[in-house]
Amino acid sequence: MSIAANRLTAAQYKQNFSDIHPPFETPDAALVEANRCLFCYDAPCMKSCPTSIDVPKFIKQITTGNIKGSAHTIFSSNIMGAGCSKVCPVEKLCEGACVYNLMHEEAIPIAKLQRYSTEIAMQKQWQLFSRKASTGKKVAVVGAGPAGLSCAHMLSREGVNVTIYEKESKGGGLMTYGIAAYKVTPQFCEDEVNYITGIGGIEIKYEQELGKNISLEELQKNYDAVYLGIGVGLARQLEIPGEDLSGVEDAISFIYNLREKGYPAIPVGDKVAVIGMGMTAIDAATQAKRLGAKEVTMLYRRTENEKPCTQVELDIAKLDGCEIIWLAAPKEIKGNGKAEQLVCSVMELGEPDASGRRSPVDTGKTFILEVDMVIKAAGQMPFEALVSNTKLENKAGKIVVKDKAATSIAGVFAGGDAVNGGKEVVDAVQAGKDGAAAILKFIGG
Amino acid sequence: MADISCNFLGIKSPNPFWLASAPPTDKKYNVIRAYEAGWGGVVWKTLGSQVKNVSSRYSAVNFNGTRVMGFNNIELISDRPLEINLREITETVKEFPDRATIVSLMADNDRESWHELIKKCEDAGAMGFELNFGCPHGMTERGMGAAVGQDPEIAAMVVEWVMEKATIPVITKLTPNVHSPVPTGIACVKAGTNALSLINTIQSVTGIDLDTLVPNPYVAGKSVFGGYCGPAVKPIALKMLTTISQDPVTSKVPISGIGGVSTWRDAIEFMLLGATSVQVCTAAMKHGFRIVEDMNEGLNNWMDEKGYKTIYDFIGKSVEKITHWEDLDINYHHIAKINQDKCIHCGLCYIACEDTSHQSINLDYGKPYNTYTIKKEECVGCNLCQLMCPVTGCITMEEHRVAPDYINWKMWQEEGRPLNDH
Repeated sequence: MSIAANRLTAAQYKQNFSDIHPPFETPDAALVEANRCLFCYDAPCMKSCPTSIDVPKFIKQITTGNIKGSAHTIFSSNIMGAGCSKVCPVEKLCEGACVYNLMHEEAIPIAKLQRYSTEIAMQKQWQLFSRKASTGKKVAVVGAGPAGLSCAHMLSREGVNVTIYEKESKGGGLMTYGIAAYKVTPQFCEDEVNYITGIGGIEIKYEQELGKNISLEELQKNYDAVYLGIGVGLARQLEIPGEDLSGVEDAISFIYNLREKGYPAIPVGDKVAVIGMGMTAIDAATQAKRLGAKEVTMLYRRTENEKPCTQVELDIAKLDGCEIIWLAAPKEIKGNGKAEQLVCSVMELGEPDASGRRSPVDTGKTFILEVDMVIKAAGQMPFEALVSNTKLENKAGKIVVKDKAATSIAGVFAGGDAVNGGKEVVDAVQAGKDGAAAILKFIGG
Repeated sequence: MADISCNFLGIKSPNPFWLASAPPTDKKYNVIRAYEAGWGGVVWKTLGSQVKNVSSRYSAVNFNGTRVMGFNNIELISDRPLEINLREITETVKEFPDRATIVSLMADNDRESWHELIKKCEDAGAMGFELNFGCPHGMTERGMGAAVGQDPEIAAMVVEWVMEKATIPVITKLTPNVHSPVPTGIACVKAGTNALSLINTIQSVTGIDLDTLVPNPYVAGKSVFGGYCGPAVKPIALKMLTTISQDPVTSKVPISGIGGVSTWRDAIEFMLLGATSVQVCTAAMKHGFRIVEDMNEGLNNWMDEKGYKTIYDFIGKSVEKITHWEDLDINYHHIAKINQDKCIHCGLCYIACEDTSHQSINLDYGKPYNTYTIKKEECVGCNLCQLMCPVTGCITMEEHRVAPDYINWKMWQEEGRPLNDH
């Protein structure tokens, strides 16, 4: 057993990381599905989208051949509509609410249709929004992730000049760095950032990190308002013995490296254990398998009923051949300098906790899993120290906002994962819109 | 097993489904294929003077992803030499003597031409004639086709010429490109035609290419009005058929129904409104001759289910059910009811009623699913919501008579009852 990179041929990597939800191959194929849409009134799909995309309208526009209008409808509500069409857990959002489900018929493939229109718009470089005359106002946005980009785009449309400060060397945030490569490629993320900033009036300054190169005070002084879309970053620690052994890695950095360095460069074990059952855990487990790991075992301390990922995601992991062990919590990682064994506690469900889900209770029994790599995906933590240093009111690092976006400091606004602790891309996009609306009100834009 | 055979003025066919005079009946090759597939008869594509066609010839109207809801053509009568057609008719009749092989005719506008054509066709073995008084393009500009059918006097004159010569049954095909087919129908019956058929195609422009700005079908940068047919014209055909079936003169002769017949259901509807046989073209052009299989089986099963032994047991049964508006019962009232167990919350009933009808549906907001209920006191029973609902049987119209007695609008007015409900 060992950890090794470069396990597969170039063709195998290409195959394993190809688009998991391929697009429609022809306009006719898109039309067949678009024509199935009933064009519901006050549509459940639209109500189930955090950004309230007018789904029936954009689908109707596909059927009439008005693709430009369709893309405009999508982007008007969600400027990351192209990326969201690839990464949204639509089975619990728009498609999950499609009325066809109630007829026990296949839901309209809303994401696929959304991808159809937005992909054409991006390929043809349609700039569907124009910038109003400059108001002379300046806003600083921290973080070029979904919340920051969405906020910046909305502000730019209204004639505000926006400067985004991004700590990484690329924009897109978790879209670029934290999502499985078979959903969105790094190239797509870059194209999407360029498409969004193509409206003009948005400058992104890369490798500028709040608390390091820049301070909130500085930004407040130099700009009319500041928007914080800094996300969450730190992987939650397991706080068990052996966590510092070699071969123990957190899912965020695993996925980050995979997207930044290319597939062959990423070392992966023969026997990999993944702790957690969220979307990130799935992305880490499936990609470890797709990089060539022989066995991948996912561990979750509750049962399938409480799983945070969707069924569709779990099915991807199962189809990839990942083993799933329910009611198992990591207790200790053993090994001589490197991870060799994962000792797990057998759990059972007890009383409901704050989330309403029955909480896991240790039965005292244990079992041992032979491993050479452990990937921790037990959630991400807010930047607590950073946030506390700015004197922003927060709850364990999560920035507290009023009226959807206003922080405890006047002129400073926030949204996205930094506020909600970590939700979907589409939630962050909506938060960015809310932030922009609040800022425009504040600066009188 | 019901008997679905048809006897049209002595012309027998194993079923009442004939192919209409059109490209599918232009030559022996097609007709033999049709007979092998099970068609009861054909009306051979119109014979007359030699003509020359153009390219292209057809265009269509698609609707919500369904192709050929309506179909349009600018073809003329048969452009094959008359001798070839006659020879092939002879061969076809010999090979399939049990089918109704009828020949469509459109001679030049003089007695001699008609007499000569009739003689040749009878010699070839035609079982009956259909006079093409309906072709709406190309031939009309030469004073033929619809130009004849649109003028009852001219039509009657031509029918008289035909009846002088013909020894086999004559059907006169009527054009719909008139305010009513009845005047020409009456004139033709009085002039001696043995039967009528309707409708021919309706003049139309099916659409325009938004890049070239040239309407369809495209012929070297131009287009012309074409003859419209297919499922889209069926309701118009049924209406015109009804007027012919209700008129005391035209109802005396058998009718062959034409216009958008695609299925056994369509065919039965034409027969219920008075057609003895039905003619099909567009559906066959879309799917091929094999569609007749389900038409035969569907008709048979429906007749068995309803207890009809022959087609004559039900032909014309719906004619008397179409009345005049002023005879409708004003005391009849029905109200929509939404079955909440079947409702999928699409809101289509609500928005149709709210925006365009009588604001008779309640919306109780829910996320993501609203609940829709009928405001009984507001519902006028228009059917709109039921028509828009995508779930079969979800919205039903329940009878709530205003009063038990029949009263029509005329009686209502005579009694001086109030007309204003509001």
